[in-house]
Amino acid sequence: MSWLAEVDWASVLIQGTLIGGLYALFAIGLSLAFGIMRLVNIAHGDLIVLCAYLAMIVVNATGMHPLLSIAVVVPLMFVLGYLLQRGLLNFTLGPSILPPLLVTFGISVIIQNLLLEVFGADTRRLNAGAMETASIALPGDVTVGIFPLVIFAVALVSLGALQYLLYRTRLGRAFRATSDDADTAELMGIDNRHLYSLAMGIALAFTALAAVLFSIRTSFDPAAGPINLIFAFEAVIIGGLGSLWGTLLGGVILGVSQSLGGSVVGPSVSMLIGTQVSAQWQILTGHIVFIIILIVKPDGLFPRIRD
Amino acid sequence: MSTAPAFTTRFDVERSTQLSRVSAVIACLGLAVLISLPWWGETGTMRLIAEMAYFLALAQLWNLLAGYAGLVSVGQQVYVGIGGYVLFATSDWYGVHPLLAILISGVAAAVISLPMALIVFRLRGAYFAVGTWVVAEIFNLFVAQVPQLGGGSGYSLTPEIVRSVAADRAGREMLMYWMALAISIAVIAFVYMLLRSRHGLALTAIRDSEAASESLGVDTYRTKLMIYVVTALCTGLLGGFIFLQKLRISPEAAFSINDWTVVVIFMVVIGGIGTMEGPIIGLLIYFAMREMLADYGSWYLILLGIVAVAVMLTAREGIWGLIGKRFDLHLFPVRRRLIQRPDSDGKPG
Repeated sequence: MSWLAEVDWASVLIQGTLIGGLYALFAIGLSLAFGIMRLVNIAHGDLIVLCAYLAMIVVNATGMHPLLSIAVVVPLMFVLGYLLQRGLLNFTLGPSILPPLLVTFGISVIIQNLLLEVFGADTRRLNAGAMETASIALPGDVTVGIFPLVIFAVALVSLGALQYLLYRTRLGRAFRATSDDADTAELMGIDNRHLYSLAMGIALAFTALAAVLFSIRTSFDPAAGPINLIFAFEAVIIGGLGSLWGTLLGGVILGVSQSLGGSVVGPSVSMLIGTQVSAQWQILTGHIVFIIILIVKPDGLFPRIRD
Repeated sequence: MSTAPAFTTRFDVERSTQLSRVSAVIACLGLAVLISLPWWGETGTMRLIAEMAYFLALAQLWNLLAGYAGLVSVGQQVYVGIGGYVLFATSDWYGVHPLLAILISGVAAAVISLPMALIVFRLRGAYFAVGTWVVAEIFNLFVAQVPQLGGGSGYSLTPEIVRSVAADRAGREMLMYWMALAISIAVIAFVYMLLRSRHGLALTAIRDSEAASESLGVDTYRTKLMIYVVTALCTGLLGGFIFLQKLRISPEAAFSINDWTVVVIFMVVIGGIGTMEGPIIGLLIYFAMREMLADYGSWYLILLGIVAVAVMLTAREGIWGLIGKRFDLHLFPVRRRLIQRPDSDGKPG
């Protein structure tokens, strides 16, 4: 295994960590909806892709820089999230997990196929110009892309903002009260239906932020939703349900696993069985690490909520 | 002079209804018509009926899993895929006769499902659903890495293996059609027997209230585990058969969530989850929509999604729930009802 010495370990680890920031951003919306109303949104990945198409429409219509489309897409998705929860998802909440699961599953299929009918199956990508390729050199011959650094920084700021919102504001206190005991919170004068709708609005606002960054970094198509849901889900479960910074760690572990999968695990296996290296090893290794963590620590690394 | 009614009144446990007996007779007649189809019907009709048969079996299995045992899996495509690949591997590598290989497909799926259950059962509720999906994705990606199984682009059964099923094409079409009917009816009959057995009583109790059934002595973990493995066995059998019929397999087709899970879930939800009649109604609605909207791309999926969401929001027990409750209909009676009878001497009770 002498070729392992040629692997640029520092670079592999840094790239993995930075992509983990994007997964943590994906996971925020999923985690928030589960934490506050115990709703697992199967359509989460498709909503990410929907946001990416919305950003594309905005950019094509106005010619603005893709990053500026955040100012349009985030408020739009907040409103959509509020209405989705108020008009639809609130009616599914109850003792049985079946209705919310199957309704969001239905929404997932509807969004995917609508996008397919409207935009076709072509892959798309937003062009952010020079920013995409710019990089800075670190000591030890390691170069880091500016854009991945920006994504990671946005993830840190988002998690910080969410922490402030949940633990330092009146609204956050109401969220936590409803999460702990919805009935008692309602007795104390909290309007749960409104609160849940706000929570979904906030969840989708963060999702929109993640989606714009995602649409610049990676190409997407109408069928890209499910895999993003799975990445978000893996980050949440690895980190532990309900733990904000655990989610970041979950995202980073997933990102590093994928990075190692692409540059170390895949090539090793291919050498052993003598086949071509496939790009799928990134995703496959991430899944396998997720399953291993699930076996060793079923509640994740920093569990907060028990359902 | 009359004795106290309490001593002369007898109770019988009734397990069928007038309607269920009548409908059983009609079903047998219908089945006879279906069995004779190859002598008077067209190949296209045979294929459609065969497809409907195995989708009905898949729907009954998912309904057993989600509607009764509360295990809402969106990863059942993994067992269809495993069944299909085991059939190809055993018949291609080891020269096993394809019809025997179908049985091996089922057994292999069951054997693999046990350790998998131990992992995904650690996730509860909706997270279980996504967990099963991840497991299916792992198999999907892993199979694509194995060149002996055709890798990502898949491979076809050799002509020798195809000929070993039946000498000519017409013979194969007939055999495949009858097998689709036989396997599907066997699976559905098995689900029905299971639901009428004491395990069915436990399952119905779990469906209605997991906590209450546990307090009454139902071992919910073991019951769910058993259902998960049994469902995997049957789904694997169906997967083996489906890909023997298709003659070609690829990871994308074998582990397709859309083909083997999404449409199945829609059928069950629209028809009525937690009943055996519901999936039949859902099956008819699904195929009617698909055939009617065949020229409009994936709009039928969008429409099905909207109908499923609407059903979940307004009538959670589905279309059969609305009809069956209103008229007290039971085509597949799995209940036990106490019927008061006059005593054996013929005196009124």
